[in-house]
Amino acid sequence: MKEIKFIGRGGQGGKSAAAILADAALEKGDFIQSFPEYGAERQGAPVYAYTRIDQKEIRIHSGITNPQIVAVLDSTLLTALPVTEGMPDDGILIVNTVEDPKQVRSRINFHSGRVFTVDATGISIDAFGKNIPNTPMLGAVEKATGLVTLDVLKKKISDKFIRKIGQEGVDKNLNAIQRAYDEVKEG
Amino acid sequence: MKKTAMTGTEAVANAMRQIDPDVVPAYPITPQTEIMHGYAKFLSDGKVTGELIRVESEHSAMSASVGASCAGARVMTATAANGLALMWEIVYIAASMRLPIVMSVVNRALSGPINIHCDHSDSMGCRDSGWIQMYAENNQEAYENAILGMRLAEKARLPVMSCLDGFITSHAVEPVTLFEDQSVKDFIGEHIPDHPLLDTDNPTTHGPLDLFDYYFEHKRKQSQGMFDAKSLFKEVAAEYNQRFGRDIKELEEYSMDDAETVIVALSSTCGTAKVVVDSLREQGKKVGLLKLRLFRPFPMNEIKEALKSRKVIAVLDRVESFGAFGGPLFSEIRSALYESGSPKIVNYIYGLGGREIDTKMIERVYEEIESYKNKEIEEYIKYLGVRE
Repeated sequence: MKEIKFIGRGGQGGKSAAAILADAALEKGDFIQSFPEYGAERQGAPVYAYTRIDQKEIRIHSGITNPQIVAVLDSTLLTALPVTEGMPDDGILIVNTVEDPKQVRSRINFHSGRVFTVDATGISIDAFGKNIPNTPMLGAVEKATGLVTLDVLKKKISDKFIRKIGQEGVDKNLNAIQRAYDEVKEG
Repeated sequence: MKKTAMTGTEAVANAMRQIDPDVVPAYPITPQTEIMHGYAKFLSDGKVTGELIRVESEHSAMSASVGASCAGARVMTATAANGLALMWEIVYIAASMRLPIVMSVVNRALSGPINIHCDHSDSMGCRDSGWIQMYAENNQEAYENAILGMRLAEKARLPVMSCLDGFITSHAVEPVTLFEDQSVKDFIGEHIPDHPLLDTDNPTTHGPLDLFDYYFEHKRKQSQGMFDAKSLFKEVAAEYNQRFGRDIKELEEYSMDDAETVIVALSSTCGTAKVVVDSLREQGKKVGLLKLRLFRPFPMNEIKEALKSRKVIAVLDRVESFGAFGGPLFSEIRSALYESGSPKIVNYIYGLGGREIDTKMIERVYEEIESYKNKEIEEYIKYLGVRE
């Protein structure tokens, strides 16, 4: 079973990202579960959201304490929270930042596993004119993990957003995902 | 059939869409509110035809449910925690008037202190109110219990609480298989109300004063209605299982064939316990899980049969019964097994206010009860996962 943790701030779309990833994995034929961790919800407060993906039915209903994959949607949380807590040695960390992976590694003193960085905020501002980094982050997560496929991810995003934001809005999201997928760096 | 990713609240809203009740009085409360968001969306999209009454409190939500149900409408509502507590007076009245209202209860801790997360103090507080109660392990069951519950309510002429765990399942996305709309409608059938107020050719009085002359007889009949609901559950489940290809019973016995140590629990914790049972079974341990899907009416004979020959039983209660000898599930199960004599039974109070219950904690319970095979239980009421 794969367990993924999204760390962001309220309003950045971490909860939606976790749900979209689960939805895409279900579309692919896997079993899934996704849930946010609710505390005091308010814009800007740290928020966790989780996804489980497995080949067999997922029955467990407890929280995730050892995520193999962690996606950080806001780089200011890197030092504010223990983002790599509970990660295994071969864990994958994906961070929304303009820094390169080596800088992130030294800043949080994380020298195992794999680290990826992408400027999802920059991509988001280019695409939407504001910082909603969740969809580009999904592109980066997919490139780093291969959990679903880019096509399935794009299809799910289209399905989810078409009624709300129309084709133009969907296209902006799809371009943002593609850009993040292409631009994410490992190191 | 196709699986769709949806939250527990969306799953329940979909059951409401397919049942399409005539009247839905509702008042928001976390974590229930999203059920009504979902239903209201179906309503404004023209997918359902019912009337959503936005009332000013839960007391009014249940009052409007009673009124609409007396009038002859098929009625559904939903609530949680303090909302259910505020309904209290009318919850009893709905049951005593034998009104087949189906209410989803998204289990949440009662205040105080104020807390929005899961435990069963809300619905367990209503366990003697005369409502049938079903508890869902996951989103699929939350969806299906609402459908089965609707049919059972109308057959037993009793209200049904269909409970799911706040946030743990209500706000978790899981794969859910929805039945065909028509198939659900066929199963539910047409609502034929008993002595509806709107049948003006045959006027009837509802809710009159009833003093020492007949009150007791009416309560006795209400009680009989609840006893009869035991066999009606079997009938409805049989129809349901045949139509939808399920095997729903009052209880789910998981890995119970030769189990010597058994955990008994409700709702989402059962899913986590199944993971533990599988892993302990791989190590050759004779462990099992008994899940109650139906809590009211209490399936005493079935429980007795399932548990009588076991060695040690741990009953997990996600609620505290202050001053009682253990939680409600514990005391009733212990009472059910009194004559069978053999199993030792111990109670664990856990998960209050959403406190985590994980596989390690459940493993520890199995380890502990294994040790009671050869020694006396020193303490019958234990607290799991609390700082002391």
